[in-house]
Amino acid sequence: MMSIRNPKDFWSGVLFALLGVATIALASKYTLGTAARMGPGYFPRILGILLIILGAILALRATRSDGPPMPRFQWRPLFIVLGSVVLFGAIVRSVGVALSTVILIVAASAASREFRPRESLIAGVLLAALAVGVFVIGLQLQLPIWPGQQ
Amino acid sequence: MELFSHLAVGFGVALTPINLLYALVGALLGTLIGVLPGIGPVATIAMLLPTTYALQPVSALIMLAGIYYGAQYGGSTTAILVNMPGESSSVVTCLDGYQMARRGQAGAALATAALGSFFAGTCATLLVAAVSLPLSALALKFGPAEYFSLMVLGLIGAVVLAHGSLVKAIAMIILGLLLGIVGTDVNSGVARFDFGIPELSDGIGVVVVAMGLFGFSEIILNLESTEKRELITTKLRGMWPTKAQFKLAAPAVLRGTALGSVLGVLPGGGAMLSSFASYSIEKKLAKDPSQFGKGAIQGVAGPESANNAGAQTSFIPLLTLGIPENAVMAMMVGAMMIHNIQPGPQVMTSNPQLFWGLVASMWVGNLMLVVLNLPLIGIWIKLLTVPYRLLYPAILLFCAIGVYTVNNTSFDVMQTAFFGLLGVIFAKLECEPAPLLLGFVLGPMMEENLRRALLLSRGDPTVFATRPISAGLLAAAILLVLVIALPKVRSQREEAFQEA
Repeated sequence: MMSIRNPKDFWSGVLFALLGVATIALASKYTLGTAARMGPGYFPRILGILLIILGAILALRATRSDGPPMPRFQWRPLFIVLGSVVLFGAIVRSVGVALSTVILIVAASAASREFRPRESLIAGVLLAALAVGVFVIGLQLQLPIWPGQQ
Repeated sequence: MELFSHLAVGFGVALTPINLLYALVGALLGTLIGVLPGIGPVATIAMLLPTTYALQPVSALIMLAGIYYGAQYGGSTTAILVNMPGESSSVVTCLDGYQMARRGQAGAALATAALGSFFAGTCATLLVAAVSLPLSALALKFGPAEYFSLMVLGLIGAVVLAHGSLVKAIAMIILGLLLGIVGTDVNSGVARFDFGIPELSDGIGVVVVAMGLFGFSEIILNLESTEKRELITTKLRGMWPTKAQFKLAAPAVLRGTALGSVLGVLPGGGAMLSSFASYSIEKKLAKDPSQFGKGAIQGVAGPESANNAGAQTSFIPLLTLGIPENAVMAMMVGAMMIHNIQPGPQVMTSNPQLFWGLVASMWVGNLMLVVLNLPLIGIWIKLLTVPYRLLYPAILLFCAIGVYTVNNTSFDVMQTAFFGLLGVIFAKLECEPAPLLLGFVLGPMMEENLRRALLLSRGDPTVFATRPISAGLLAAAILLVLVIALPKVRSQREEAFQEA
């Protein structure tokens, strides 16, 4: 009976092997060609095979030697940080740098255990002024400052 | 001497007011991020890359290089004063530097670190200039087979000298190579792995990958940990080391410089490895090793010189061969590509102003750092009192604006968030992101050289083994893997990384 004794190695092995399979599946659409005249599918397929082999080695080895348990994912910082950045990217063109900065700063600050709403609002306003000054006025990046400018 | 005429050209470029300004900006920004924990040079360079579009390529590279070596200075400052390594390369400086500070010798430790770094930087800059000519002349003779084998050696070497599982690291390289070839294939015009998304047919941007893997995920992981940063302020008394301390420190600086210069050139080398290696050597050579960890000045002088020398000489493989050996150099490749410069041996001849200007600016930047760093320490320490809950949203903001403005599209921001998620997953699985970034920037080049080599040999794969230089490079790569796989070497390697 095989058991997973090194979960970190095991799951990385599974991840790499799956990515290898996916690579080969996707690359099957591309012409393979020959070694002398490689098609667009040649190199990806080599890499996909290597990924599967390495993944299998990792996963198999993980059943034979011990390792620390998997650390838990903490969803709060993960979602808040990535979500607030994606939100910023989505609204900056329509809402402008000034407002979207304030929104990003306040939203992202909520990921911290020491979240203080009023403090983050002040920081947001100050950083919005800085961002407008540095990026829009200073570096002349093509970004609207206020809503409805583009 | 040819070397001096080249350096004269370089200083001509580096000493123009605009380039002096960018060297200063880079060095100061580097010191800043070196001081601040939780953001490293890779993420910073990714953040600033978009703002360099409008600059001359040489100014852009001068500034970005300044960030890297500036970070070494900044990292040592916080290591000594508050026992907190701002950069991974200054981890070992904490051991003795902070103990010196607790004994009231903070000034001596800082001065030793700064002067040692400057001495090392000067030697390393000369070395870069001296070695580059013959190396790039050699590299110009390389055909596609040699180049392919060189990249294999570079990539394998980069992971052998890093810590962690070798199999995982190689898998990460391969994943990086795959991500690197996403987009339109130059030979057939086929858009690969684009999932029908038009933005992906141009490939994935290096800024997107680096910022996600090194910037966002680092912030998320920092927010997970509950430990609080504590700040102990030390009074600075007596800036200069005593005569006895100087006598102990000087040979350590020399050894550190030599060691760092050599290790910096090796694939996977650079600042961090150099400082670790120097510390263990100083400890072995010391008359009284029991002093180490209790404030031995050699423990500051050696590693600090070594990390700066290593940071400098790690530019050699990049500038002469076009092969990045660590994640920061991978970012420099990205920067050169953005400015339409193909890194490699031809840069020196086709773009001498850029090449020698960059080399000369490293020395100028080091001089600025040593002059500016000590007076500015008060400001850097103040910055440390800014709590992380205020710091990270600001970092996120600059990242988001930076990545958005590369192509003015929110799709890039979403991609970066995806790589941030990937970075967190990899961190949980203990897969280092640096090899992935190296593979990512080398992906297209590696495929192209493999393709050309096999085209020339009419599909015969033995070409890699029958051409002597290529065979030698591949043999070296295989040897490295075998050596590391030996159980004895492996345990020693783990030990070396754990000692500090």
